[in-house]
Amino acid sequence: MKEIVVISGKGGTGKTSISASFAYLEAKNAVVCDCDVDAANMHLLLDADFSHKEDFFSGEVAVIDEDKCTNCGDCYNVCRFDAITKKENYHEVNPIDCEGCWYCSRVCKHDAITMQTQKAGDLFISNIKNGGIMAHAKLGFAAENSGKLVAHVKKTGRSIAVKENKEYVITDGSPGIGCPVISSLSGANLVVLVTEATISGLHDLQRVYKLVKTFKIPAVCIINKYDLNIDMANKIENYLNEEDIKVIAKLSYDETFAKAMSEAKTIVEYNENSNIAQQIKNAWQNIKDIIKETK
Amino acid sequence: MTITIASGKGGTGKTTVSSNLTYYLSQYKNVVLADLDVEEPNSSLFIKAKKVNSKIANTMKPTWIEDDCKLCGKCAEVCNFNAILALPKGILTFPELCHSCYACSELCPTDSLPMKPSKIGEITEYKTDKFSFVEGRLDLGQEMAVPLIAQTIEYVNDRFPDALKLWDAPPGTSCPVIEASKNSDFVILITESTPFGLNDLTLAVETMRVLNKKFGVIINRYGIGDNKVEEYCQKENIPIITKIKNDKEVAKLYSQGELIYPKIEHFKNSIEEIAKFIEDLR
Repeated sequence: MKEIVVISGKGGTGKTSISASFAYLEAKNAVVCDCDVDAANMHLLLDADFSHKEDFFSGEVAVIDEDKCTNCGDCYNVCRFDAITKKENYHEVNPIDCEGCWYCSRVCKHDAITMQTQKAGDLFISNIKNGGIMAHAKLGFAAENSGKLVAHVKKTGRSIAVKENKEYVITDGSPGIGCPVISSLSGANLVVLVTEATISGLHDLQRVYKLVKTFKIPAVCIINKYDLNIDMANKIENYLNEEDIKVIAKLSYDETFAKAMSEAKTIVEYNENSNIAQQIKNAWQNIKDIIKETK
Repeated sequence: MTITIASGKGGTGKTTVSSNLTYYLSQYKNVVLADLDVEEPNSSLFIKAKKVNSKIANTMKPTWIEDDCKLCGKCAEVCNFNAILALPKGILTFPELCHSCYACSELCPTDSLPMKPSKIGEITEYKTDKFSFVEGRLDLGQEMAVPLIAQTIEYVNDRFPDALKLWDAPPGTSCPVIEASKNSDFVILITESTPFGLNDLTLAVETMRVLNKKFGVIINRYGIGDNKVEEYCQKENIPIITKIKNDKEVAKLYSQGELIYPKIEHFKNSIEEIAKFIEDLR
């Protein structure tokens, strides 16, 4: 089983439309993971049926028992997250600021503080178009621990792939360079970088690739909207050359992305014979050929 | 007044709108912009400005000192983030897992784990003729954006107490965007008129409601997908601040890092509508 992770650094480059196309093309032979748990969208293109749902618990928050609290302020003094406020007769925790470190509950002499496990989101397993399976999630509103939820989605997807004897895990990663992305990258065999021919596309690509390098994972790249700014596309290609990253597709600025999305279709099914669909199919074939060589 | 410019989905135009809006407002107003998308800060690509100050951003992490340590293991016991491992012959710390709660350090009976500053990123202040702009930039490999966002906000609040403050927020709906929104007076959510845009807008709206924030919506790339974002805002009684037309010329100028409103009339009209909306918030 080989895992392919699609990431972009910058948002809005077409990452999800492209990974959903791969998922559609390889549905029978792959498990799909949507690791953009903050703003998950893949289910919209793949007709996910949300057939299995489970609660995801992670992290804790402190709760102060008003009756036991003597208002001594010990908890307030040790909290580094400004999560505790003094009321007239007792102290109170703001759950949004609480980091769940337990320090306050450990120093409370009156046993007034308990730590309660928080529901951080929902995990789903869905049947999708073309007979595929997808693991995805929804982070709770204003919840923390998205990195842990990402890890949970990946673990679920991988174990299904092993059980069902699937050849690939296709993962739609999250934007940025912080904990959700680091979590998305763990254990990947190949990274597909999706960028666009804009000044910020290049900047974010460079930053996220430096991160990928520290994981020593081989990478390929898709340049989207390359004709928006040919100069910038060339700069991006030069950079990729220097880093020895193969460009597996150059897609033109195309409103098909939005049109296909509005019909809840992936690009490869919206207009099968279009140049853009053809390029994505070739890119996927390319990925399969390259990944055979990886460990 | 502080206004956060956020979005659920990435790439909907936060940086485009916040940089153009700041330039526009600076013609007649004391305004400061902060780029709080510390994982991928882009504003400096669009704002031609001179660096005037920079500062290393640290968080405090425990550092083990062997001398008086009795290896009692209390530190590992009180750490709820698995950031400390007590071995028979020494204490190992994992700074990337540490949340800087100080419990290990302050509960250690022999003071063997003093907290020391550890670099997570940089805060840089820039200046144009008309306004100042501050960027937070997270070091690669650092997992936690929140402390740097908090420090960048603190820096701007200290340096520019009287200015109108605009925060260019990170995408998503989790901790980083909450940090960038929780103390603001108003949140502008930028979305695009596509199903992804709508899905992520509804998540962002729910988050803002949990935080008890006032907010309004800007619909970008208006006309490209469908009308469902507009219908949703009307149904939910969410003010639509402006609709920015879908226009490849805007995308082209953006791709070069250029200011858009001086060159494209309909975009300028939208920026004016946003400026007027902000004026009316007072």
